[in-house]
Amino acid sequence: MSDLDGTQLIDKLGHDLGVFMRARDITEPLLVGIRTGGVWVAERIQSMLEIEDELGVLDITFYRDDFSRAGIQPTVKPSHLPLNVTDRHIILIDDVLYTGRTVRAALNEIFDYGRPASVSLAILVERNGRELPIQADVVGTRLNLEARQQVQLSGPQPIVLEIVD
Amino acid sequence: MRHFLDISRLDRKALTHILDTAKSFTSVDGRAVKKVPLLRGKTIVNLFFEPSTRTRTTFELAAKRLSADVLNISIATSATVKGESLLDTLFSLEAMNTDIFIVRHPESGAADFIAKHVAPHVSIINAGDGRHAHPTQALLDVFTIREHHEDFSKLRVAIVGDILHSRVARSQIEALNILGTREIRVIAPRTLLPANIEQVGVQVFQNCWQGLRDVDVIIMLRLQKERMQGAFIPSEHEYFQLYGLTPERLALASPDAIVMHPGPINRGVEISSEVADGPRSVILQQVEYGIAVRMAILSIAISTGDPGDGDET
Amino acid sequence: MKLEILNGHLVDPANDIDEVADLFIVGGKVAAVRKPPSAWEADHTINAANKLILPGLVELSASLRQPGQEHKATIRTETKAAAAAGITSLACLPTTNPVVDSPAEVELIEQLSQDSGHCKVYVIGALTRGLKGENLSEMAALKATGCVGVTNVLHPLKSPLVLRRAMEYASSQALTVFTHPLDHHLANHGCVHEGLTGLRLGLPGIPAAAETAALAFHLALIEELNVRTHFCRLSTWRAVNMIARAQQDHLPVTADASILHLFLTDHDIRDFDGLCHNLPPYRTQQDRDGLRKGLQDGTLSAVCADHQPHEIEAKLAPFQSTEPGSSTLESLLPLILQLVDEGVLDLKEAVRRVTQQPAEILGIAAGNLSVGSEADVCVVDPGLDWTLNSETLLSRGKNTPLLGHRFKGRATHTILGGKLVFQLEPE
Repeated sequence: MSDLDGTQLIDKLGHDLGVFMRARDITEPLLVGIRTGGVWVAERIQSMLEIEDELGVLDITFYRDDFSRAGIQPTVKPSHLPLNVTDRHIILIDDVLYTGRTVRAALNEIFDYGRPASVSLAILVERNGRELPIQADVVGTRLNLEARQQVQLSGPQPIVLEIVD
Repeated sequence: MRHFLDISRLDRKALTHILDTAKSFTSVDGRAVKKVPLLRGKTIVNLFFEPSTRTRTTFELAAKRLSADVLNISIATSATVKGESLLDTLFSLEAMNTDIFIVRHPESGAADFIAKHVAPHVSIINAGDGRHAHPTQALLDVFTIREHHEDFSKLRVAIVGDILHSRVARSQIEALNILGTREIRVIAPRTLLPANIEQVGVQVFQNCWQGLRDVDVIIMLRLQKERMQGAFIPSEHEYFQLYGLTPERLALASPDAIVMHPGPINRGVEISSEVADGPRSVILQQVEYGIAVRMAILSIAISTGDPGDGDET
Repeated sequence: MKLEILNGHLVDPANDIDEVADLFIVGGKVAAVRKPPSAWEADHTINAANKLILPGLVELSASLRQPGQEHKATIRTETKAAAAAGITSLACLPTTNPVVDSPAEVELIEQLSQDSGHCKVYVIGALTRGLKGENLSEMAALKATGCVGVTNVLHPLKSPLVLRRAMEYASSQALTVFTHPLDHHLANHGCVHEGLTGLRLGLPGIPAAAETAALAFHLALIEELNVRTHFCRLSTWRAVNMIARAQQDHLPVTADASILHLFLTDHDIRDFDGLCHNLPPYRTQQDRDGLRKGLQDGTLSAVCADHQPHEIEAKLAPFQSTEPGSSTLESLLPLILQLVDEGVLDLKEAVRRVTQQPAEILGIAAGNLSVGSEADVCVVDPGLDWTLNSETLLSRGKNTPLLGHRFKGRATHTILGGKLVFQLEPE
């Protein structure tokens, strides 16, 4: 399979997200990227949509459900959300939505910071293989892949998406 | 890393990994819910054979912030309590399907001894054994230092006081050496310095005027009251005169030097109130960072797999 | 009963024999060496080709734990282990319960060892009553029931004056004082050598000066009182030098080292191995080398096992709470042979240090194969590979840092007063 054009997909995602927020009447969103790929995507969209609030960053290591199997990653970095997320409209951004477990972990972590007004999910590449009842609100593209295939993202400059066997 | 018994078994990479992990846990402190679900369903036992408030509470808080269930057990040891009953105690607690024992014991090597005899699924964390080691305290100390001075290869660190009886000092020296500290000094009268101390990578000073000059970090050790009886020092008064940290002595150190103490402090014996409460003191930060460092150690001990093999999206 | 041991490499240092030879035994005594007595016809023959024929080993210090500590060992179990290790005479310490400070305990021990019949047992009695370091024991009575010496082992004496009087009184009863030089105040409840290992492990150390200061103190009294003294278990090179000087000054002093002190150092304790907990502690490489040198130049005339069997629980605790001492009877012979392999001593000299010399220190007729003497003999296969472990150890005490260690050399036959008391089962 050929590589995907990351920049083009992010442009589309950013555009669709803008449309989505206007429809929902969200004027002061809090963008939150999931480390690592989601943060790269979120940074681009943040500047595209000219959002001035600080970008939130989540490291979901401490919320993973496979923790005792996978252990602590040597690359674990602190999460950073604005101290008060209560009553904010959060746009959660990640590069790939696959099993849904990462998003579940991210939702749990967000709620440990406070009680947001709403959380929406923006995903660059949505693929098949969900294991939890989670779906994206806005997507860059949808792919149907075989189980052995993976979407790999490298970046941040430029962001390149690759499908590997 | 199943057990965490002393610093000397760590290499620089493992030690740095713990510090980095601890750094990420510091963010948990400032949130609405000061808890992560990492150790949900795990049972951690604080097994203390020696009284301690600070270490026990910070371990307890660390475990609770990781969502573990915590059991505090204090056992008074006396000369008559033999090894048999130590193991019996251990086995009966083990039977309750506990996952981690945090052990504090007055005898050197007690944590090692317990680690040799526990069931394979149980981890032992050493919370201080005799004069041997207090590895979590040493890690929170180097963590605190790193928050202020990032590059250990440029640092001069002075440890002042009762090195002889101090497990904290032993572990600090090991950790500082592993991190490549430029110079580690110990400052004490000979009665409070162990034999062969110069062979563990430290410079020995017997007075503060030379020892504190240009240091970037000053670690004061607690002087136990019972040292007054054993002909180690003549009096608290003379000790403070010679080794107590006063503003005048602090002025010998480099201008951005920090002052540390593992607590609890004896004001007017090791340190004057002016310094303990002054702008250079990071004593309260040590306590705060102690929780994050212990969260890191507990989570690393309980995660048995290879780091980095979980790949889900 | 006529017994012959043929074609073995016979080493009898007392008679300066070190050659392939035959040994002939009649009526429990050595009847002849090399050539058989006239009209010889043996009832029993041991073929000792490729083996060593040695005088039965003489052990200076074994704790047999009876009476009173039968949970650790008994006279029967330990003398049986001694026989299997080629030891035919041993001296036991008074640290039993009750302490051996009166004829009753001596008689009990003698009776039990005769009943067991595996090894001759000699008793070293208590120097002070109850080993409490205050009042003298009834030394004349102890001597009359067969004690070969007196000792306070590692128990402190109340004052230097008590020591002086005890030494004087022992000397007037012609009893050798067996002294373990240790200043208890300087030792200060330490459990390892005061050095780098002790520092790293945070274990309280016993400085070398705890030994040398006590030794100097004893030597000062000996110089004045001229009291025959044997110094037990030296552990420091400085103490060896002090003994050498005292011997040059013709003081009536001898000294020994334990076999494990000739091999182990404090480094062996590095992961809190309670099996390496010993008093005096294993010290530095320099000390170990100093002991070996003292052995070579004869300052240390004897080597002993310093056998201290314990129940398993005695070592099942954090290091400092474990009981010191190791079960070593069965390691003595192979380790002595290892000293020969390592070039520390030649074979004859090595054998002398565990036969003739300890017998002289104890003042007993043993440790040689002179014609007419008691036929206490051990036959050794010096090339036999074997592993020391809980199964091969006959001692009830399984407490030794050498568990799992591979040895070369083992007794195949032990003969006590002409009677075969041990024979190694062929595998």
